[in-house]
Amino acid sequence: MSIVPEPLAEFPWRVIGILLAIAGFGTLVLYSAAGGSITPWAINQGVRFVIFTGMALVLSRIPLELFARFAFPAYGVVLVALFLVELIGGVAGGSQRWINLGFMQLQPSEFMKPVIVLAVARFYALLPVGEIRRWNAIWPALVLIGVPWALVLVQPDLGTATMIAAGGVTVMFLAGLPLRLFVGSGLAFAAIVPIAFSFLHDYQKNRVLIFMDPESDPLGAGYHISQSKIAIGSGGIFGKGFLQGTQSHLDYLPEGHTDFVFATMAEEWGLMGGVLLIGAFMLLFRWGIGVSMRSQDKYARLVAAGLTTTIFFYVAINLMMVMGLAPVVGIPLPFMSYGGSSMLTVMLCVGIIMAIERSGRRRSRPGNWG
Amino acid sequence: MKLPLLKKKTVTEASLSFTFTRRAMVVGGLQGAIGALLVGRMGWISVAENEKYNLLSESNRVNLTLIPPRRGWIIDRNGRPLANNRTDFRVDLIPERATDAENTIRSLAHLLALGDDEVERIKEELDKSAGFRPVQVAEKLTYDQFAAVSVRLPDLPGVAPSQGFSRNYPAGATVGHLLGYVGAASAKEYEERKDPLLITPGFKVGKDGLERSFDRELTGKPGAKRVEVTARGKIVRELTTRPDTPGNPIKLTIDAGLQEYAGRRLATQSGSVVVIDCHNGDVLAMASMPSFDPNSFSDGISHLEWDMLSKDDHVPLRNKTLQGLYPPGSTVKPMVALALLEAGISPMDTVSCAGAIRVGNTLFHCHKRRGHGSLNMRGAIAQSCDIYFYQMAQRIGMDRIASMARRVGMGQKFALPFPSQSFGTVPDPAWKLKKYNQKWQVYDTVNATIGQGYMLINPLQMAVMASRLATGRQLMPNFLFGAERPAPEPVGVNEEHLVTIRDAMSAVVNGGGTGGAARIPLPGVMMAGKTGTAQVRRITMAERGGGVRSNASLPFKLRDHALFQGFAPFDNPRYAIACIIEHGGHVNRIEDAPMIAADTMTYLFDQAKAMEKLETIEKDWGGPPAERMARQMAAYRLAKAIEKGEAPPPEAANAANAAEVGNSAAAAPVAPVPPPAPAEADDAPPPADSAP
Repeated sequence: MSIVPEPLAEFPWRVIGILLAIAGFGTLVLYSAAGGSITPWAINQGVRFVIFTGMALVLSRIPLELFARFAFPAYGVVLVALFLVELIGGVAGGSQRWINLGFMQLQPSEFMKPVIVLAVARFYALLPVGEIRRWNAIWPALVLIGVPWALVLVQPDLGTATMIAAGGVTVMFLAGLPLRLFVGSGLAFAAIVPIAFSFLHDYQKNRVLIFMDPESDPLGAGYHISQSKIAIGSGGIFGKGFLQGTQSHLDYLPEGHTDFVFATMAEEWGLMGGVLLIGAFMLLFRWGIGVSMRSQDKYARLVAAGLTTTIFFYVAINLMMVMGLAPVVGIPLPFMSYGGSSMLTVMLCVGIIMAIERSGRRRSRPGNWG
Repeated sequence: MKLPLLKKKTVTEASLSFTFTRRAMVVGGLQGAIGALLVGRMGWISVAENEKYNLLSESNRVNLTLIPPRRGWIIDRNGRPLANNRTDFRVDLIPERATDAENTIRSLAHLLALGDDEVERIKEELDKSAGFRPVQVAEKLTYDQFAAVSVRLPDLPGVAPSQGFSRNYPAGATVGHLLGYVGAASAKEYEERKDPLLITPGFKVGKDGLERSFDRELTGKPGAKRVEVTARGKIVRELTTRPDTPGNPIKLTIDAGLQEYAGRRLATQSGSVVVIDCHNGDVLAMASMPSFDPNSFSDGISHLEWDMLSKDDHVPLRNKTLQGLYPPGSTVKPMVALALLEAGISPMDTVSCAGAIRVGNTLFHCHKRRGHGSLNMRGAIAQSCDIYFYQMAQRIGMDRIASMARRVGMGQKFALPFPSQSFGTVPDPAWKLKKYNQKWQVYDTVNATIGQGYMLINPLQMAVMASRLATGRQLMPNFLFGAERPAPEPVGVNEEHLVTIRDAMSAVVNGGGTGGAARIPLPGVMMAGKTGTAQVRRITMAERGGGVRSNASLPFKLRDHALFQGFAPFDNPRYAIACIIEHGGHVNRIEDAPMIAADTMTYLFDQAKAMEKLETIEKDWGGPPAERMARQMAAYRLAKAIEKGEAPPPEAANAANAAEVGNSAAAAPVAPVPPPAPAEADDAPPPADSAP
C-alpha cells in the first residue's frame, strides 16, 4: 500500500462545493436569526462545519474494507449505548436520549442512523446471492432494524426511530428483496397506523392531531406549525429581505435557529431561497446516488445509496414538518439547523460516501489495486 | 435429491446488480419527486397564500393598543361640571401576565405606599379576575411614583403603568346617587359585548345612576396606538397613533349648586330632597344622603370602606329618592282635601275634633290627644287634624281619593334614566281585592287618608305631587336639559279648588300651622307646604294609655319618618320640593324636614343667605359631608384594627376617638360608630319642639 499524495484532481471539489454553499447559506441565516450577530450561533456553526469537513475528508481516505469490517462491531457498540440510555440516561426534554459522559452529552440514537445502513448493507453483502429470495434474507435484517428502532421509539423519539427504520428498509429495498414484500407491508402498515396511534404518548398524539389541523390550537401545541407557516407564507417570492424577518426576530417563530431554521430562511429569502436550497440538496443526493450507481462493489453501492437516503430523510422530514406536511418530530435540517450532533452524523455519511467514491475511482484504475 | 422447486426466478449476481440499478434509480427518482413536492408546497404557501400569511404575520407583529376614550362630561343646567375627567397616572396589574403576583404586589405596595386595605382589595380583585381583565393597583399617582414603577417594569411582570384620565366628581358624595359611578367592566359585561375596549386598562363603564343610563352617549371612540411587539409582549417601537374621540357631554336639568346644597343641608340625617321646576317638571336637585363618594367608588373602593357603608344604618348605598318607599303620612292631606272639594264638600264645612273617633271596632286617634275642636278645611290642613280627614273621607269613599292621588302622581311610574327605581302604591278597593283577595274596609280608607296603611310614595313622587298641587298640571319629572316633551295634561280640577288648597298649605307654614319651621326668611317669598309624620311601628292601646313614647327615647329604626312637601312662592309657584328624613322623628328641629326644605328653597331665591346659614349650622354637625366621611372612615378603620388586635387597647383608642370628635360639637354624630353599636348616640338630644 503505497501512500501517494492524492492529486488535486481527485479532491472531491464538487461535493465540497455543494456543502460549502449550503452550510455558508445556513451560517448566514443563523447570523440573521441571532439578530445580525455572529454570536452565539453563526460562528459556532461555521467552526463546526470546518472541523467536520476535515473529519469527512479524513474518513474519505479510510479504505472501504475497514467500514465493511467494522460495520457489525460499530452496530453492536451503538446498540449497547442505546441500552445504556434506557438504563442510566439522563432525562432531557421529557425523553431519554442522552448519556452524560462527563465531558460531553452522547446521543447514541444519532449514530444509529448511519450505522444501521452500514450494518444492513453488510448483511446483504455477506448474504449468498441465491438466498436473496428466501426468508433467511429477511428476518436478520428485520431484527437488525427492529431492535434499535424499538429502543429509540421508547425513549421516546418518534422522528429518529422513523429515520432508522426508513434507512434500514431502504437498504433492504435496494438489496433486491421481492417487490411484493414492500407493497404488501406498505398496505399492512396503512392498516396498522390507526391502531399504533392509540399507543402513542399523549404529546405525540397531540402533535399528530394538531398536525392535521394546526389552526385548531394556534396558541398551544399547533403554535410551532402555525408560526412556521406564517413565516414561510409571509416571505413571498423574494422574502422580506436579509435581517428583515419579523417572525424570527420578534420571537414568534419558536426554534427559529434549530428545527425551524428553514422558516427563518424562507421568511427573509422567500421562495427563491427555498428553491435554491432544495436544489442544492438535490444536487447532493444526485451525487450520492450517482456514486452508488457507479460503484461496482455490492456493499459500497448499498451503503452509498443508503446513506444518501438517510441524509435525504433528514431534509425531507424537516421540510415537510416546517411546511405543515408532517407532524413536529424534531428532525433538524442538515447544515442549516444549529447543532453539532446532526452535522456530525451527516458529515459521517458524506465522508463514507466520499470514501466509496474514492475507492471506486481507484479500483477503476487498472493496476492500482492488488 | 431434487427439491420440488417453486417457479422461482434464478437470481444471479448480474440480475441482482440490474435490480439494484433500477431500484437506485427509483429511489433517486422518488427523492426528486419529493423535492419537487416540497418546492410546490412552498410555492403554494408563499405565493398563493402569501396574502393570508402576510396578514397573520402583521397581526403578530403589530399590537393595537386601544387608548380609552375620555368620557363625556356631565354638566348641570348652567354648564357647571358635575362629572369631568382628570389627568391621571395609574398602574394596573394584568393577572395573566403576572408570574409572581404576591411579590409583585409587595413591591408595588412598597413603591406606591399602599395601605393594607388597598393591598387586600387588590388581592381580592386578583382572585376574582378573569385573567385578561386588568386589576387597578392605584390611580392618581404623582409623576414620581409613576416613574418609580415605570423604571422597574422588567422586574414587575404583568404591571401596566399608563397615563390616562380618571373620572372626577367635584361635588363628591352629594351627587353619588344621582350620577352613580364608573368602574372597570365586569367579566360578564365583557362576555356579553366582546369589545376589546372593555378590558383596556383605564377604561371605565357607568355602573349606576345616570353614568350607567347614558353610558353609550358618554363613551367616546377609542384611539389606537400601533406598536411593534415581540412574542413576549415587549414593545419594540411605536408605529402610528390615532387620538381618541371623547364622548358626548350630557347636560342635565340639575342645578349643581342646589344639588350640593341640598346634600350638605341634609346634615347627618338619612334623608332625601327633590326639587322640581314648576314650569316644566325639570328636576333641579335630587339628593340622597348619606351617600358614597363616587370618586372613591370609581377608583375601586376598598373592602373596608364598602364594609363600613353597607353596615351603616343610614343606608348610604341606597338611592332613597328613587328606591326609598315611605308611607306619605299627612303630606297626602292637601291631595285628599282636593278630592273632597272635587266631590262637592265645601271648604267651610267643619268637623269637631275631640282627639279620637271610633271606626268599626277600632279607636282612631288624632295626633293631638286633646283634640283640635271645631275645624274647617283650612284649619284641618294647617293643624294637620286627623279626625277631620277620617270623617270627611268616609263621606266620599276611597275611589275618589285614589283617583285624585293618581292624578297628582302618587303611584305613577316615570320613565327616568335610572337603572333601578321603586314606585309607591295608591291602594283602592280593586287593588286590595287583587293583591290580598280581601274586601276594602272603612278603616283602610281612614288609614289611607292620613297616608298610612298600604299607601307608599317615594321622594320623587312626593315632589311631583307638590308640583302638581302647585300648578294644577300633570308635570312629568325630567333630567335632560331642554328635552322635548308634550305639554303636561291638566290634573283636571277646578282652579278655585287649587287656590283653596294652596292657601291652606300656606297656612301650614305661615299661618301658625304645623310647618312653621319651613318659613322662608325672605320678604315676599312664602312657602306653602305640608308636614308629615309616618309611623313605622304599631302603637298599642296599652302604650297609648301610659303615654306614647317620645321618638327621642326610641331606637333609631323605630322612630317616625319626617316628611315635608311644598312649593314657593305659594301664590305663584315656581319651585316644588319634597324632603323625607328617615327615622327623623322630629327630634331635631334644625335637621328636620321642614327646615331643610325651607333652606334649600331659600337657596333658589337668595344663594348668599342660604349659604351663610348652612355654613354656620354645619359646624355643629361636623362640617361638610367629605370631612365627616373621612372621619367616619378613620374611626371605622381604627375600630376594625382594635377588633383584630392590631391597634392599641380600647382606652387609648377611645381617647384618640374623643380627641377627634372633640373639634366638632359634642352632639355632632361624627362617626356612626361601627355596628353593632346601636345608633341612638348618633342623634342629637331632643329639643322638645316637634312638629307632627
